[in-house]
Amino acid sequence: MVRELRQSPELLANLTRREVKGKYKRTVLGQLWSLVNPLAQMLIFTAVFSFVLRVPIPTGDPSGLHNFAVYLLCGLLPWGFFVNVLNGGMGSLVGNENLIKKVAFPRAALPLSNALSLVFSWSIEMVVLLIALTLLGAASLLWTPAVVVVMALLFLFAFGVSLMLSVANVYFRDTQHFVGILTQAWFYATPIVYPTSLVLEQSDKLGPVLGSWTLYDVYRLNPMERFVELFRAPLYDNTWPPLDSTLYCVAWAVGSVLLGVWVFSRHEKKLAEAL
Amino acid sequence: MSEAAVTVDAVTKKFRVYHERNQTLKAAVMRRRRSVYEDFLALDDVGFEIPQGSTFGLVGDNGSGKSTLLKCLARILYPDSGHVVTRGRVAALLEVGSGFHPELSGRDNVYLNGSILGMSREEIDRKFDAIVDFSGVEQFIDQPVKNYSSGMYVRLGFSVAIHVDPEILLVDEVLAVGDAAFQEKCTEKFVEFRRDGRTVVVVSHSMPSLRNMCDNVAWLSHGKLVETGEAKPILERYLDSTRTDQRTGRDGEVRWGSGEAQIDAVELVGPSGPAASFRTGDEVTIRLRYTARERIENPVFGLALESHDGVYLWANNTRDLGHRIDAIEGSGVVECTIPRLALQPGTFQVMASVVDQSTTHVYDYVREGARLVVDFGTPVESGGYLALDGRWS
Repeated sequence: MVRELRQSPELLANLTRREVKGKYKRTVLGQLWSLVNPLAQMLIFTAVFSFVLRVPIPTGDPSGLHNFAVYLLCGLLPWGFFVNVLNGGMGSLVGNENLIKKVAFPRAALPLSNALSLVFSWSIEMVVLLIALTLLGAASLLWTPAVVVVMALLFLFAFGVSLMLSVANVYFRDTQHFVGILTQAWFYATPIVYPTSLVLEQSDKLGPVLGSWTLYDVYRLNPMERFVELFRAPLYDNTWPPLDSTLYCVAWAVGSVLLGVWVFSRHEKKLAEAL
Repeated sequence: MSEAAVTVDAVTKKFRVYHERNQTLKAAVMRRRRSVYEDFLALDDVGFEIPQGSTFGLVGDNGSGKSTLLKCLARILYPDSGHVVTRGRVAALLEVGSGFHPELSGRDNVYLNGSILGMSREEIDRKFDAIVDFSGVEQFIDQPVKNYSSGMYVRLGFSVAIHVDPEILLVDEVLAVGDAAFQEKCTEKFVEFRRDGRTVVVVSHSMPSLRNMCDNVAWLSHGKLVETGEAKPILERYLDSTRTDQRTGRDGEVRWGSGEAQIDAVELVGPSGPAASFRTGDEVTIRLRYTARERIENPVFGLALESHDGVYLWANNTRDLGHRIDAIEGSGVVECTIPRLALQPGTFQVMASVVDQSTTHVYDYVREGARLVVDFGTPVESGGYLALDGRWS
């Protein structure tokens, strides 16, 4: 599968271009829509969680930032990318049924081009976020290389999961509805609209829940929790991400891609029949 | 025979026919078992070789497995056992324009579709003008393809596919795309393909086009290979086999139909009575003698001409010509007069039929109703089947 994909960079480029160009065709705002959505989400969440619920957020150390909107975006933009890759990847095989049944080409190009096209819009979002952070006085621009590396890790993780889901959805169309609920729960299980410290507080009150494990330990198993941590460190705090979380994310990213490629290669040849 | 372009070696392909398919999670959980299915053998130990540079046809009834086989050759489906070995670049025309994005322009779609079919960017750049030119949609190339007519859409898709320049081209029933002019271009392109020594594999239901194009065919029935070899005799046998109610007439001629009415004789009559041969330009009357065993309302009589080498030249029936016959019962005669025989010298087959009003139910069809021998008459022209009386100035 990997070899096939490497032989057809043009196919990938063209399919990605199709996704990017086709998405906002015939809309007045065009590509701007990819910015409008996170912006609207930001306004809603800020109004609810900062203005009404008064969720306390930490002050960036050493950046000195204390702004709910950017704190939120540091988690929300990676999360949005992750969910979009999952949803788009799930539909990528089913939605191109005709193509799969009638033309021989590397099938993995479909989920991959979906993920790549989302990297494109996500990158624009992240650039806007970096500009906003800089305007607010943080030195985040200097941390761009670290952010790019973390983005690459999240890309691998999301792509691996989307490979598995794309195949699963061919066999069980329930997958998409199931994943819809799952991602909603997952969103709140990830410190995007609130800081991890709040979970730690509750966990300390409860004490150990599963043997010697506290709620906080279980909470930290969530790879997206670690990813958000990895994004907030260079962007919001302007520090290096903690090493243990970085290694944890690398392991998840590599594991997800390997498993995804394995699952996909096993089913690739049967897709034309199963669809 | 040169080296085989495609070797099909004992290919077997099973499909699962699901009685109860667990396509929802609920179904899978509730029944706690995998789906209930039966295996269906779409291809059963099929093996043959396709010689390089030949045009090869796959024939068979619906469900005989020929499309499955073509998809195996195209590597869209993979056989459960056996191998398909192809030598050279393969391009499949199973459906044209699949993968077009309706919102993108024709230009973008040429690049997109081209790369899906395996062309590189430089290759498409190089062939772009030829592709657009061939498709005949130059004016609209920067319009989104959703604004295209279905004909333009198909033409552009076909044009991209045919410019892949494969050594082996697989075609499924897409020969009938576009208007007459475009079809002619396609035919030319296929001829060019053959001239260049490329291999073409065709699945089609159109006997005349298969007969014209193919050197060799493979005949499949219920997933099994019936026979493979030279096209003409196999196509004849295949055609005959498809008529389950086929009878062999008195003189051994092939005929079929349900038999409520029957063509007793096909006679060729000239100005001075029945004749065996005619001259170009003669008046010819084709007389059909029939017997209807019961009363048949609104029957339709039809005639067709085929050249000695099997090219379908002409057809004419009473319904299309507005000659309404209310009912027939017992014996009778119908005649069709051709004022000037526009055929060049040669031997032709006259086929005759009597069918019901919808022309779908055949009462009787005689394949070799009469032999029409044409000698030199006027005009005398240089060659071919038709005498169109061309004038130079």
